[in-house]
Amino acid sequence: MSSPQERRLPPQPGEWVDRSRPISFRFEGRRYRGLHGDTVSSALLAAGVSVLGRSFKYHRPRGVFSLTGADANVMLHGPAGTNVRGDETALTEGLDLRAVNTLGGVRRDLLSFLGRLSAFTPVGFYYKALHTPRALFPLYERLLRRLAGLGRVRAEHRAPPSPKDYAFCDVLVVGAGPAGVTAANAAAACGAEVLLAESGERLDGCVREPIGSGVDCRFGTTCAGVYADLWVALVDGRRLTKVRTRSLVVAAGCEDQPAVFANNDLPGVMLGEAARRLMERYAVRPADQPVVLTAGSEGYRLADAMRGRGIGVAAVVDLRAEASGGMPCGDLEAAGIPVFNAHTVVEAVPAPGKAGVRAARIRALDAGGRPTGAARTIDCGGIVVCVGRSPRDGVLRQAGGAMVYDERLHRHVPDALPDGVFAAGSVAGADGEAAAADGRRAGRAAAAWLGLVPADAPKEPPDRDAAESGHPYPVFAEPHAKAFVDLDEDLTVDDLAHAVQEGYDDVELLKRYATVGMGPSQGKHANLNAARVLARLTGRSMGDSRLTTARPFTSPVPMGHLAGRGFTPVQRTPVHDRHERLGAEMMYAGTWLRPARYPRPGLDRESCIDAEARDVRSRVGLIDVGTLGKLEISGADAVPFLERIYTGRFAKLRVGMTRYAVMCDESGVVVDDGVIGRLAAERFYVSTTSSGADQVYREMQRWAAVWRLDVTLVNATGSYGAFNIAGPYARQVLAGLTDVDLSAGGFPYLGIREGTVAGAPARLSRVGFVGELGYEVHVPAGRAAGVWDELLRAGEPHGIVPFGVEAQRLLRLEKGHLIVSQDTDGLTDPFEAHLGWAVKLDKPFFVGKRSLEIIAGKEPRRRLVGFELPPDAPVPLENHLIVDDSREIVGRVTSVGRSGAVGRTIGLAYVPESATAVGSRLRVKGEGGAIVSARVAATPFFDPEGVRLRS
Amino acid sequence: MKLLRCPVNGERPLQEFDYGGEYRPQPDPDAVSAERWASYVFDRAGAAGLRREWWYHVPSGTWFIAERDTGTDRVVRTYLPDRLT
Repeated sequence: MSSPQERRLPPQPGEWVDRSRPISFRFEGRRYRGLHGDTVSSALLAAGVSVLGRSFKYHRPRGVFSLTGADANVMLHGPAGTNVRGDETALTEGLDLRAVNTLGGVRRDLLSFLGRLSAFTPVGFYYKALHTPRALFPLYERLLRRLAGLGRVRAEHRAPPSPKDYAFCDVLVVGAGPAGVTAANAAAACGAEVLLAESGERLDGCVREPIGSGVDCRFGTTCAGVYADLWVALVDGRRLTKVRTRSLVVAAGCEDQPAVFANNDLPGVMLGEAARRLMERYAVRPADQPVVLTAGSEGYRLADAMRGRGIGVAAVVDLRAEASGGMPCGDLEAAGIPVFNAHTVVEAVPAPGKAGVRAARIRALDAGGRPTGAARTIDCGGIVVCVGRSPRDGVLRQAGGAMVYDERLHRHVPDALPDGVFAAGSVAGADGEAAAADGRRAGRAAAAWLGLVPADAPKEPPDRDAAESGHPYPVFAEPHAKAFVDLDEDLTVDDLAHAVQEGYDDVELLKRYATVGMGPSQGKHANLNAARVLARLTGRSMGDSRLTTARPFTSPVPMGHLAGRGFTPVQRTPVHDRHERLGAEMMYAGTWLRPARYPRPGLDRESCIDAEARDVRSRVGLIDVGTLGKLEISGADAVPFLERIYTGRFAKLRVGMTRYAVMCDESGVVVDDGVIGRLAAERFYVSTTSSGADQVYREMQRWAAVWRLDVTLVNATGSYGAFNIAGPYARQVLAGLTDVDLSAGGFPYLGIREGTVAGAPARLSRVGFVGELGYEVHVPAGRAAGVWDELLRAGEPHGIVPFGVEAQRLLRLEKGHLIVSQDTDGLTDPFEAHLGWAVKLDKPFFVGKRSLEIIAGKEPRRRLVGFELPPDAPVPLENHLIVDDSREIVGRVTSVGRSGAVGRTIGLAYVPESATAVGSRLRVKGEGGAIVSARVAATPFFDPEGVRLRS
Repeated sequence: MKLLRCPVNGERPLQEFDYGGEYRPQPDPDAVSAERWASYVFDRAGAAGLRREWWYHVPSGTWFIAERDTGTDRVVRTYLPDRLT
């Protein structure tokens, strides 16, 4: 089952793996065995598997590189998920994974020939080459998608719902390393509520101080993004937690940086951190007889640690002329490990199939840091690289922190941090022993910023003396083999040089053109060296060069964590269940659900609409208009307020009467209409369009505040149910249910009354929208269903029918009444919509008056007119265009319907001023571009005298 | 998510607010020229700087003014419109 080259070390002190709990799993179809506590990558390496993935572009073999969650080339997929990162995914029983992006498996990827074509596919090749001829693009696209994708999307996969969590704290500490733990403890000791987020599953061995009891520590939790006012995204294996913190301490540490040399991507070339984690956490031998490439003391410590575990070290290659500080190299030499100062590795010599490292070619460095002299070959089984570090500053920079390049440490350190944001430990340049003290300082500073303790007198800068210095330019490319700057995106030094030659010589341009830093690891191992290469190519110093903008997320987050639930607000009227019981066909009107029509057996849609309309005209119908906006407006200034809001006059409106009202915006465009009813001298009941209620109410509130008028506004839309009972028998049906005098004299057209209907308190008004004798009945929402039932019951002897929105739209069209937002648009002024009669320009002021005065003095460009078609003509649709003889657009249809009462197809349309005369011919471009000839007609089409509605 | 201080309800997440455009005092409609009126109606200042803006706290229906630096997205202060000068 396990491979003969088992690389598990004997038990290590503090190791994370549990040897009593073996775990069986599959990789690329083969069974392996790991231990509880392993990651997928460490288990595979322990089992002797070194090729864990293939690279994005050239399909080169790749293995363990950093083991910090940033190994973008070890991307796996299987039943457990898509884009599973091997270096951060805990091994579990029965895992079954394969490497992404291969043809025929990771061991013999048939696409690896692409690497040999690299000379013909420089950066930008695909942009430049594959867009012509256009007809071939679908082919190119299919080909590229096959070659370039990472993983396969399993369309049948359903992510389990992942509820969002919310948390609040005084201090959020990111990273539970030596600095993070002391920062959290220090802040908690000052009385702060502290949340500590650590992406690892447990504390690293280098953390000496235990986490205090006052700290809420969350392991396996990554800080993925920081948004405005310290709104922070924490991501764990199960969910996204949105944290509101008052202060943020970033102690995220540093990421080891690679050296750039030929074949620096081979499995077996790894960063020092990976080697350390393999040995200390997972008890895995990182490599056999490795060469250690270093620029500081860390390489010596690592070599010594390997030697102490019985791992032979082939050599230590130090980029510096002489070792300063740290490990005395004498011990290593005594152990027979050669040390080469002022040398570098220039090439990793591949083992067969590029599955590993066979040897390292090293060369001396001259005073300028350039390789010189003959190369020497050292046989080795791997290369461990410790040439410098770079802060994990993504979170810090998203929070608004500025970083500056420190020419002494050869890495970035915080420059200016925003209020309430602190950096601690190596991210702030305080490494090793200095980190814990720096954490305490930052934790106390956060508490002081919150006012929990007095601020410490001087703000001491972190102690950077002990910081691990890196190398200023660990880039040693040779022309004959690929030397990678970005392993995610397979970018070499040459690729960057080409991009710069083409003019992409700014860090943001270079990123977008060459895609450096755009891979899954977000450039954690690429950005620093890319910036160095760019600076050198453009003759700038690192101090003068900028970093690309840091944006969320700092590391990949599963889409399922981010997805919200589908949420579409729907409003239902109080009698919604009655419509359902009647089998109504429902439709959306804005967010409202309304009955479109009540289907009748044997009738298609159009016949059904026609039948409902006929029944209203000949007998009586009932429609639910509970969706209308309903505002109660009262106060000493109610009249001046309404006269300023609406275009009409209301001072002389008598109590008990209603008036149609038009609302314009400041540019004079019609935005809403409704009916204003005067219930008392200073009390009005105002209706708005169904979709406009909230917006109208909101604007009224704003104007009331600006004008400082004594007026009370109540949005009562949801408080009342409303019906319109219309038709010749409306009075007879209502008479038996109400105490209101319904006689034509006692309750005239446009009157409004308060009384009861079917025992419920009600407001009744006589309205004329559909052009019949009709009453709008408003009752408290809780009584609405009962009143609806009573109205239908009382109407039974008169043949009452419920009718829907479609019949209502046809009925009002027959009357030529417009619907705001259907028959008006974002430019319609009242004059062109024939609403000029409702505009009183002689009032001192109303919203839009000045604009309407200006408009009134100009020639109208268009007008809304009625039109009719012969009965047999094809019916155009709403928004079909009116064209002139040369088929130029001159107008459009806004409403259209086949009217049984008129016996023709009728509609409303905007037409040029020249075509408004009754009888003018209109050319309507209908379905499929066919021209239909229409004739301008007078409106109303039906009962022009209004005899019926006044009856 | 940004926090905004409603003068009535205190500091609340931005999600609870709607933006109502820049506060621009209306010129006397009867006194200004048509050009100046058209400019008031249609022209907006896009340059970054300190602006008085209308904000609406939706759950409570409160209009208020926020003085915001549109360059830095920093809200300097908020107050009810009756304190507008």
